[in-house]
Amino acid sequence: MGRVAIIGVGQSKFVRNYPGSIKELSYEAYREAMDHAEITNENIDATIVCSAPEYDRQRSPAGVIMEYLGLNPQPTLYTESLCSSSSTGLRLGYSLIKSGLHDVVLVLGFQIMSQISSAETQERMGRGADIQWEAPFGTMMPAYYAMHAQAHMAKYGMTKEDLALVRVKAATYGQLNEKAVYRKPVTLEMFNDPAGFIGGPVASPLRGGDCCANADGSSCVILASEERAKQLCKKPVWIMGIGAASAPVNLAARDRYTGFVCAEMAASRAYKMAGITAKHINVAEVHDCFTIAEIFAYEGLGFAQPGGGPELIRSKEVYKEGRIPVNLDGGLLSKGHPIGATGGSQIRTIVLQLRGEAGAIQVKEPTFGLVHNMGGVGIYANITILGRE
Amino acid sequence: MAKEMIDDRFKKFGSVSFVAVSRVNDFIDYLDKGKLMGTRCSHCGSNFFPPRADCFKCRKSSMKWFEVKNTGELATFSTLTYAPAGFEKELPYTIAVLDYGKFRVFGRTDPAIPAEELRIGMQMKSEVTNTADGKLTYVFKKA
Repeated sequence: MGRVAIIGVGQSKFVRNYPGSIKELSYEAYREAMDHAEITNENIDATIVCSAPEYDRQRSPAGVIMEYLGLNPQPTLYTESLCSSSSTGLRLGYSLIKSGLHDVVLVLGFQIMSQISSAETQERMGRGADIQWEAPFGTMMPAYYAMHAQAHMAKYGMTKEDLALVRVKAATYGQLNEKAVYRKPVTLEMFNDPAGFIGGPVASPLRGGDCCANADGSSCVILASEERAKQLCKKPVWIMGIGAASAPVNLAARDRYTGFVCAEMAASRAYKMAGITAKHINVAEVHDCFTIAEIFAYEGLGFAQPGGGPELIRSKEVYKEGRIPVNLDGGLLSKGHPIGATGGSQIRTIVLQLRGEAGAIQVKEPTFGLVHNMGGVGIYANITILGRE
Repeated sequence: MAKEMIDDRFKKFGSVSFVAVSRVNDFIDYLDKGKLMGTRCSHCGSNFFPPRADCFKCRKSSMKWFEVKNTGELATFSTLTYAPAGFEKELPYTIAVLDYGKFRVFGRTDPAIPAEELRIGMQMKSEVTNTADGKLTYVFKKA
């Protein structure tokens, strides 16, 4: 059985108030990925469309989007796993190719979020948790992550300033990313101003600057079988390992809050499949929807020991020049987080790194890159390891 | 012919209920009597909170109710100063998990406890109460 490659990637700018429809937004990522792969619609055998459906008036968005992209009559399917929808799409695309059903599969993720207010978004996101037993207490994503941060602080002595350092790094690189929604510098001083957007309290211990912004955006990843990739693409990037796992939605059903068990499980599956360990990874994109989520990723992926995450950001080992560069595209904290598009955007960054096309954020000749994409509060995890050879 | 009555007791739970019908709707009647209840599988003895109608461990659906008594340990918490739509007027409030050992309970702490007095590991107890709108809920009080 041959391998599976990524032969093209694209994403729209991530913005507030995208002036168009979900079809038009999807087209932007599709066009960039098709140009990148230098192929035509005749090369595409099937498509997978990914988003979180509660933001759309359109039911079954795969149909209208495929019509708009001219991809009928090829088969299409729709998938969602909250914020990890498009890496779940990648997993499905990989399976379709591995099974021999299709040779080239296009995975498209999208989300338009800014047509509803932030409070309404929090209500919808809160309903990504258990609506019977937890949402009636007024839950929301920042508060769930805050509960996890609180537990990590109590056990390991992490501080609010450690969390702020994650945002400072994100902003350092976000300023370089012309597709990011937030491109201003962020300093520790800004976190000390409780009246400001960055320093204002949201859910203790998290402040405004610890949270990513909602955004509108799309992403596109084109997969091919080994045989077709070698015909179509000069610089294929190979899927070396693909690991997934799930965890209970109810916090009451979890036995610890100092990390995400499903990410740890998914990572160990991905490393095993790729035949490598954390120390082989040269560059990573992790799901930093909140600063604490990036600290958890350092530990869950094995870049640091449990409790050692804060030291990694303090020592700047996760900067471009460090031992394991993380989120050099600015991460979700800078790019914004259009739920269904985020995983594809992370994959795009790592593919560009492995192809040597990452521009100002290019690390030196990486061999292996890793993508960590989570859905909900550690409910779903997809870890993907990509390689040049 | 009269329309069959729908057992929608669950809509009385919490500040905003998103579920009206559940096979553990008796939970609401117990709350009404001041009792916070979980379920225990009468076949394998597993304790469940939140209560469930079906046991995934032994694939039996014969549950018995048990009361959440004594104290639990505060496992984690967060005080919200920003709320999702529908909860704004209750700000600030603190959501938390109490660990009772064999099960855990998700809820809110008593608003009378200042947030700075909360510490992970402190002993607390669950107590049934009403929301400002008179719906049924429970809070965690200092033990």
